[in-house]
Amino acid sequence: MSELVFDHVTVRYGTSTVLDEVSLTVPDGEVVGLVGESGSGKSTLAKAAVGLTPVQGGRILLDGEPIRQRGRRRPVSMVFQDPFSSLDPRMTIGESIAEAIPERLSRADRRAEIVRLLELVHLDAGRVTQLPGQLSGGQRQRVALARALAGRPRLVIADEITSALDVSVQGAVLNLVREMQRELGLSLLFISHNLAVVRYVASQVAVLEGGRIVEHGPTADVLERPQHAYTRQLLAAIPGSNHTQTKENR
Amino acid sequence: MTNRWSRVLKTPVGIAGVGLLTLVLLLAVFAPILWGDKANAVDTDNLLAGPSADHWLGTDNLGRDLFYRVLVATRLSVSLALLATALGTVVGVLLGTAPLLLGRRAGRLVTALVNLLVAFPGLLLVLFFAVVFGVGAKGAVLAIGLAGAPAFARLCQTLVAGVAELEYVAAARIAGVGRFRILLRHVLPNVAEPLVVNVTISAGGVLLSFAGLSFLGLGVQPPSYDWGRLMQDGLAGIYTHPLAALAPGIMVIVAGLAFNLTGEAVAGAFGMSAVTRFGQALQVDTGETPASDLRHDADADRDLVLDVRDLRVSFPGAAGPVHPVRGVSFGVAAGEAVGVVGESGSGKSLTALSIARLVEEPGLVDARHLTFCGTDLLAESDTDQLLGTSLAVVFQDPMTSFNPAMRIGAQLAEVGRHHQGLDRKEASDRAVDRLRAVRVREPERRARQYPFEFSGGMRQRAMIGMGLMGSPRLIIADEPTTALDVTVQSQVLALLQDVRREEGAALLLISHDVSVVSDVCDRVLVMYAGRIVEDLPTADLHTRAQHPYTRALVAAVPDMATALDAPLATIPGHPVDPAQMPVGCAYAARCPLATAVCREQDPALVADTSGRRVACWHAGEPIEMVTAEEATA
Amino acid sequence: MAALTPAVVPTRAAWLRNRWVRFAVRRTGRLLVSLWVLVTASFLMIHFVPGDPVRAALGLTAPADLVAAKREALGLNDPLLTQYVHYLGNLLHGDLGESIQSQLPVAETIGQRLPATASLAFLAFGVAIAIAVPVGVAVAVATRRGRRRRTELAFAGTSVVLGAIPDFLLGVALVAVFAVNLGWFPVAGRDGASSYVLPVLALAIGPAAVLARIVRVEMLTVLETDYIRTARAKRLPALRIHLRHALPNAVTATLTLGGMLLASMVAGTVLVENVFAWPGLGSTIVQSIVSKDYPLVQGTVLVYGVIVLIVNNLVDVALAVLDPRSTIGDL
Repeated sequence: MSELVFDHVTVRYGTSTVLDEVSLTVPDGEVVGLVGESGSGKSTLAKAAVGLTPVQGGRILLDGEPIRQRGRRRPVSMVFQDPFSSLDPRMTIGESIAEAIPERLSRADRRAEIVRLLELVHLDAGRVTQLPGQLSGGQRQRVALARALAGRPRLVIADEITSALDVSVQGAVLNLVREMQRELGLSLLFISHNLAVVRYVASQVAVLEGGRIVEHGPTADVLERPQHAYTRQLLAAIPGSNHTQTKENR
Repeated sequence: MTNRWSRVLKTPVGIAGVGLLTLVLLLAVFAPILWGDKANAVDTDNLLAGPSADHWLGTDNLGRDLFYRVLVATRLSVSLALLATALGTVVGVLLGTAPLLLGRRAGRLVTALVNLLVAFPGLLLVLFFAVVFGVGAKGAVLAIGLAGAPAFARLCQTLVAGVAELEYVAAARIAGVGRFRILLRHVLPNVAEPLVVNVTISAGGVLLSFAGLSFLGLGVQPPSYDWGRLMQDGLAGIYTHPLAALAPGIMVIVAGLAFNLTGEAVAGAFGMSAVTRFGQALQVDTGETPASDLRHDADADRDLVLDVRDLRVSFPGAAGPVHPVRGVSFGVAAGEAVGVVGESGSGKSLTALSIARLVEEPGLVDARHLTFCGTDLLAESDTDQLLGTSLAVVFQDPMTSFNPAMRIGAQLAEVGRHHQGLDRKEASDRAVDRLRAVRVREPERRARQYPFEFSGGMRQRAMIGMGLMGSPRLIIADEPTTALDVTVQSQVLALLQDVRREEGAALLLISHDVSVVSDVCDRVLVMYAGRIVEDLPTADLHTRAQHPYTRALVAAVPDMATALDAPLATIPGHPVDPAQMPVGCAYAARCPLATAVCREQDPALVADTSGRRVACWHAGEPIEMVTAEEATA
Repeated sequence: MAALTPAVVPTRAAWLRNRWVRFAVRRTGRLLVSLWVLVTASFLMIHFVPGDPVRAALGLTAPADLVAAKREALGLNDPLLTQYVHYLGNLLHGDLGESIQSQLPVAETIGQRLPATASLAFLAFGVAIAIAVPVGVAVAVATRRGRRRRTELAFAGTSVVLGAIPDFLLGVALVAVFAVNLGWFPVAGRDGASSYVLPVLALAIGPAAVLARIVRVEMLTVLETDYIRTARAKRLPALRIHLRHALPNAVTATLTLGGMLLASMVAGTVLVENVFAWPGLGSTIVQSIVSKDYPLVQGTVLVYGVIVLIVNNLVDVALAVLDPRSTIGDL
């Protein structure tokens, strides 16, 4: 695992600037939470890191070198928000994961690797031959995580991976993310609009507003002593955080 | 897959289409072998004769039998049409997938070209190409094939773009899968079905175009003949015997229909599969659900705006009705804020919709008692006036809940026009006033704008303002902030609170988010599998919930006070499918406290002395943490 | 359709004018590009023809010096670019060249024949709309959510069959029945109002069936949208919900296809005119293709193309008026 550095990254779509000189570091083995509202540029930052969107300015470096965007072995992988569109409905779970394994392995080795990955995300090896349609949203998200780990990436980006899930499975996926991070020493950029979720998984948090990072620091510091007005606004808006008090105020 | 193809043959359209198509293809193969000689036999005694026993359709100017000529022409007509279709398909697919393979810039150029060509009607392109390739069968195949390509390319582009946007394609790209492999492995298989269906349907169209071209004398040239050519020959004699022109025409229609119907049936079967699955999902054994407890008489002495008892919603399923809401009873007092929480499929939204009388056929709403402001909604026939002025409804998605083709102001004003007898000016003034009331800045200007000019939060304000055109006693808000950002969410929730206070309206807030409900509401109803499993004050939600489901729901969602060193609670298993409602407590399969009695008898919703209600055999018993490992089982 | 909410007339919306200006600029730009492609294609058409077009037009027996003279007269011996510039220059003056066969100016022939074709196409379009929209809406409302399965089946069956009959065939059948057998209408030619009935019906019935199906599907889709649910939550009368809230949105979605339909009707006249010996552009283009009268083909194709482009742009404008969102789309 290793360090991801966004160095003054700028992304424009037409005339609008989506990311404005964003600088952010995801240190080795840490989880950095990225929060912001829709349109703040969170997902664009993720796409830029994996080469899905062109960058107009700045550099994105992994361990000091530009990220390879060509060839079979990609050092950065990604898990998406919607568990229903992130797996090809016509490919079995095994095929989906196998496609992300860069090495040419013998049939038996590949099979063993898929089983290892499934076990990592607590899925039964018997699921290899199932189609995504037979899985629940939470299970699909586990498969997506297994696929993201298949290329033995140096860093994983998780883009709103729990926001499309029902509350009863959200917790299970978050537990899994924490477990992965602990056991594999994963470096993770964890994107979410939900501060409570970020607080639970991330050691650092960065706040993105209108394409700029307005605040960045250790999670506890940022959440307890927010410096920027926007961060305070975000914290104040969290429902249920302090409900008895809020209600009396109204 | 096989299943779906066999379903094609079970519809009347499918049988007709496939039957006709088989017949046409058999004729195309065998007619020239069987009757080729008869069709070319010259009978100089019978030139241009009418129908007779010897010549069923009469003869042409060389005395050749028209009946056999029509049959024999099947091969040439069909094979030329298929050739042209194949050509159009190949060129179309190449153009249509080019944007994916060539990358952004070249792709945009191809797309622009296709957009330009597709604006011209096929026939015009056919004529253009017919000039270039010259008159004759070969020229016609090239002309019709190439003329069909742009439309096909457009279709292909749309389908490919739809799939290429999906996250599994992005995931494959990130994993380093090459463009060609993505096209072959992910994109084409997922667009193949609609493409095949469209090829089939367009083969019918091509057949007609070909007949048209030959009819104009630009297609097949003598001595060869197809149906269009035969029609052209017959048209001259239409006064004497019209059958000579009509018979080949009928064959053209039959063959065209064969392709069309087959395509439609396949399309229908594929589209229908979702519907059928939905129907199956709603199947349920209609065995009596235990009569849910109706003792919420603690409510009886309060001033109830809404009183619901034993509310049931059913939909027809393939094997009898399905009940997504099974006996829900509760009351909402004047000015009270009641929250309803539950996972997707718990029946919470359907409960809200049925109270608002918005469940449509084939859904059926029934209740022992359903009164709103003292009016029995089930007995009274005309409740529009009452509901239109006293009930406000706010829906989940503000982006889709306004009519896109109507100005916001007009959409508010029409409530005043229809229920309050205001004239146009008064109604639009009131609309502006109501927009101001929900803190929309510059309401005069905003009222003249269209929904697409509003942000999500602004639309939700306008939606609340629409409910305030009358004087609402109850606001039903179904996931009103789910689609909004946190900061906007808190503004909208605060607005709901203010409106409640200013108007004295009660609020029924449906949400999957426990924290939203606990922010706004006095009381929470927790729903699971179509029933209320717990009814308690919000203040007690985090500390004194009795039902194991409520407790798990609260513990599964991290909030700003969640302990960071312990794993989150999880709820194993899946929510219950209304189609497979178990005997006993619906939550038993996921419940750590479940015992034999839970699997046999559905617990009643019982009220305690303080008015809290819970439906559980083991209410309040201690629960051990469920670990992640167990949860994945 | 009712005008959009006359109660709230925009008074000081400078930015809105701006949006419309941008829309107009974009559309005009696209129209010009399309026109240029069309003109270039029609110019190049004659050069795509394999062999010598003049030789092909005059026949194998024509003397060589006549062919050479004709080539010279048509400017075919000049460099391609010169020819192109000439062609464009002449176009600007309304000069479409001269027919090889009749020696008459092409523009004159087209001018004589265009009204017959245009009146046919637009009448047919009007008839198709007048049938399709009410029928489609009524069937959609009646058969919504699986109600009245028989009505739905009957409608689906009829419209599929009618939609599958090509216009020229329908023309032949109509002639056989109503002109030859019953003698109600003339068999062919353009002479008085009664001569319009059969060609217009032949052109309109198929598209009407297709359009009615589309209107029904769009209407059904719209009736399931959230904003119709909102309208029902407002307890508006059913008629208002269907006509004021559902119909404009259903028509918006139908309009694009309606435009393509009108365009294809313009082209469809080619076949129908040949059935009815209608003295319009359609019979001209076929005759000129058969007789390889290339200047005439060029001119006719160009005129047809221009009409289609104009129709498409009118549809775009109508769409923008009905659905303001479409003015902010890209392209």
